[in-house]
Amino acid sequence: MTKPRLEPLLWLLFSGGGVIAAVFLPVLVVLFGLAIPLGWVRPDYDHLHAVLSYWLTRLVVLGLLVLLLFHWAHRFRYTLHDGLQLRRLEAPLAALCYGGAVVGSVAALLIVLTL
Amino acid sequence: MSAPTTYRQPISRLWWTKKRTYFLFVMRELSSVFVAWFAVFLMVMLIAIGRSEAAYQSFLNWAALPVVVIVNLVALAFLVLHTVTWFALTPQAMEVRIGGRKVARVKMVRVAGKTVPAATVVRIGGRRVPPGMVIASQYAGLIVVSAFITWLVLR
Repeated sequence: MTKPRLEPLLWLLFSGGGVIAAVFLPVLVVLFGLAIPLGWVRPDYDHLHAVLSYWLTRLVVLGLLVLLLFHWAHRFRYTLHDGLQLRRLEAPLAALCYGGAVVGSVAALLIVLTL
Repeated sequence: MSAPTTYRQPISRLWWTKKRTYFLFVMRELSSVFVAWFAVFLMVMLIAIGRSEAAYQSFLNWAALPVVVIVNLVALAFLVLHTVTWFALTPQAMEVRIGGRKVARVKMVRVAGKTVPAATVVRIGGRRVPPGMVIASQYAGLIVVSAFITWLVLR
């Protein structure tokens, strides 16, 4: 068990990320995961680079990525915990999930800074 | 003092395959794996865009590989499941009281290890907002955001 005081914050990040995932991800997967790689639409590189390097876009992208990662960490932790009945591995699972989200968030920050 | 002797029936690791509703619950919870996958996918794309046009082109070549496209198709299915179930849960898990009073809790729902009160009522100015309207307004938000992002990327 993580510190009890942390739990509400983690749940807040989970639900914030849940809203972001629900509202933003379907269109992002359709665009960047399917339409653009498969050549249905081809926005040019300079345009994408210009949009993404604008400071507000960077800030939004960073916020999105961090929330999505913590959403994953919290939900996946409980999926393993309840779904696979891994109650005895509670501490390592929590460390793995939230640790992964922290590492991912730092990576997201570095990536956004170099855009 | 003797140790507690309460018998706890062991639960099978495959308990969620026994009933359709359990299975859907686990599928819904598993959507988070694809949330993480796509966050990483976006980050790889951002690295490529930040580097050069050639790096972006090789990212596109990788993303067009059949296996990556299939993963993204599966991801889309799970993310749509996430969107639909999340929107359906929101009027249940949310507790918004604008000029209203506290509302009786009818049932509980379980999300990510936490049991939250269901059937919480959203009130604006003391008047009850039907749950259908809460759900509909979220879909309206989804449409606006999707249209805006599509415009931003493709204009």
